[in-house]
Amino acid sequence: MTSSSIESIYILILAGFVGYEVIRHVPPLLHTPLMSATNAISGISLVGSLVAAGSNHGVVSTILGVIAVTAATINVVGGFMITDRMLKMFHRGERQPGKPGAS
Amino acid sequence: MNTAWFDVFYLAAAILFITGLKGLNSPRTARRGLFLAEAGMALAIIGTLLRHEIVQFQWILVGVTIGSAVGAAMAIFMPMTAMPQRIAISHSFGALAATLVGIAVYHEHAPHVDRIEMTALGFEVLLGSLTITGSLMAFGKLQELLPGTPVIYRFQNIVTLTLFALAVGMFIALIVDAGAVPVFYAMVGAGLLIGVLLVLPIGGADMPVVLALLNSYAGLAAAATGFAIGNTVLIVAGALDGTSGFFLSMMMSRAMNRSFANVLFGAVGAAKPQTQGGVETRTVTHYTPEDAAFILEQAQSVIIVPGYGMAVAQAQQAVAELATLLLRRGAQVRFAIHPVAGRMPGHMNVLLAEANVGYELLFEPDQINDDFQATDVALVVGANDVVNPAARTKQDSPLYGMPILNADQAHTVMVLKRSLRPGFAGEDNDLFYERQTMMVFGDAKATLIAINQLLKEQAHDEHASMASNGVASPNGVRHEPVADVPGTPPTTVRQRPA
Repeated sequence: MTSSSIESIYILILAGFVGYEVIRHVPPLLHTPLMSATNAISGISLVGSLVAAGSNHGVVSTILGVIAVTAATINVVGGFMITDRMLKMFHRGERQPGKPGAS
Repeated sequence: MNTAWFDVFYLAAAILFITGLKGLNSPRTARRGLFLAEAGMALAIIGTLLRHEIVQFQWILVGVTIGSAVGAAMAIFMPMTAMPQRIAISHSFGALAATLVGIAVYHEHAPHVDRIEMTALGFEVLLGSLTITGSLMAFGKLQELLPGTPVIYRFQNIVTLTLFALAVGMFIALIVDAGAVPVFYAMVGAGLLIGVLLVLPIGGADMPVVLALLNSYAGLAAAATGFAIGNTVLIVAGALDGTSGFFLSMMMSRAMNRSFANVLFGAVGAAKPQTQGGVETRTVTHYTPEDAAFILEQAQSVIIVPGYGMAVAQAQQAVAELATLLLRRGAQVRFAIHPVAGRMPGHMNVLLAEANVGYELLFEPDQINDDFQATDVALVVGANDVVNPAARTKQDSPLYGMPILNADQAHTVMVLKRSLRPGFAGEDNDLFYERQTMMVFGDAKATLIAINQLLKEQAHDEHASMASNGVASPNGVRHEPVADVPGTPPTTVRQRPA
């Protein structure tokens, strides 16, 4: 096993622990936005897709890469936009006293 | 540009992702957190585009343009009630990207793939492919393109597990000999098939667990991509996504008092043979919206328990309006949200937020369960299993042991429901037959609109009489305790063979 792959495993495990600690404190109120936001973040596969689509390693790589770029971009753009749309709706009731059902 | 610079971009992106998710710990910091995560994503993308390997941009532009248009359209036009479907389909897109990158890397390098790279690629395409089809199946069920009930056949678990063993076998064969190209594609095929088979027997109410689990797999597939192409930010972001999904599915399983294995292989909710042989007749009392409005008018405290039925009936706005009307009358109004109410984690919270209900009115079971006994009315809107007392007492019930909301302890329980059909778990709900329970059948939205209208008229009349008589307060007359007077006499009595 090379030292670089051991390093990668370190990173994976430590990131997992950090992630768990951070996410453990997200209230159930925000579980849907959490899911939607992590989904957008997992669109990070876009980074790999860009390399496959842009590095001119043959037709197959390019085609697969372009499809992957499209799919990952849908997640990044759509995921962040809809999460923001959701988070905008969460507010304390006092801001509109007595009118929670206005819209 | 020196390669070390790309790593700086990726490092910054990773830090921004983590601080961004930390922002989601509170609704006040959530949007700022999301903005940080967006900035992280932008940095990661810019850092990647600056790399030397990327020599052709035209195809990237095509993909990014189409993806942005589709993604933005989905984000803008998708109604909030369709959120579970959207989440499911986007897991599918994420997994598709990871899988295709894996295939592209394998295609380029085979047969010169070393064992470590092959291990990473194997995880990537296997997890990725089963997430693609698994999420599509979940999407189909949630969108009602496929039957929402579990699909069961003989030897189901044996077939799925055999296929899984076969896929693992192919994976090991590839690690031994990475040059076996047909085996690689057969493994992708097996992964796709496993995804279908895994979600086929899972029914609607178990969707929160499955969606969270697929979220986790999509993240792990991205992390494996990071290993395969030696990219740290992919590993970090994938790990975050993976743990988040895993954590949520743990939470959801715990909220149902079931194990992962039971959710995945238990097939709850399938048609079961009827165990009771005898014909037992139980009566349920049928009330009208007028009865309900009469009781609600007098209630000092109300706890609303929303369920998936609220989402189906699109009744969240009507529920919010009712809450406003009751608050204006001076009643205490709160919402009790069970973690597995709805079809995804946090489903009810999002719908109520959309209807402008302030989040300080929303409570988790632990926070509110002790208060039901001192509450005049528990209003159950389209929820069933999460208020079924069988979970406490009936040991042979599939619900047994699930922590439920103590709606049955309120003085009056008002249930808005389409029919007496048992909930997802197939367990008849004794609560519906209790003396203090008022069943109001019909579409929840129509019922609520009728109740709201009556409450508005009542408020109007009170206001008018106050103006003419000069009476100080409509609350001057002390109301009877509502508990003992559940509405006007029943209008209809329905009989039902159990």
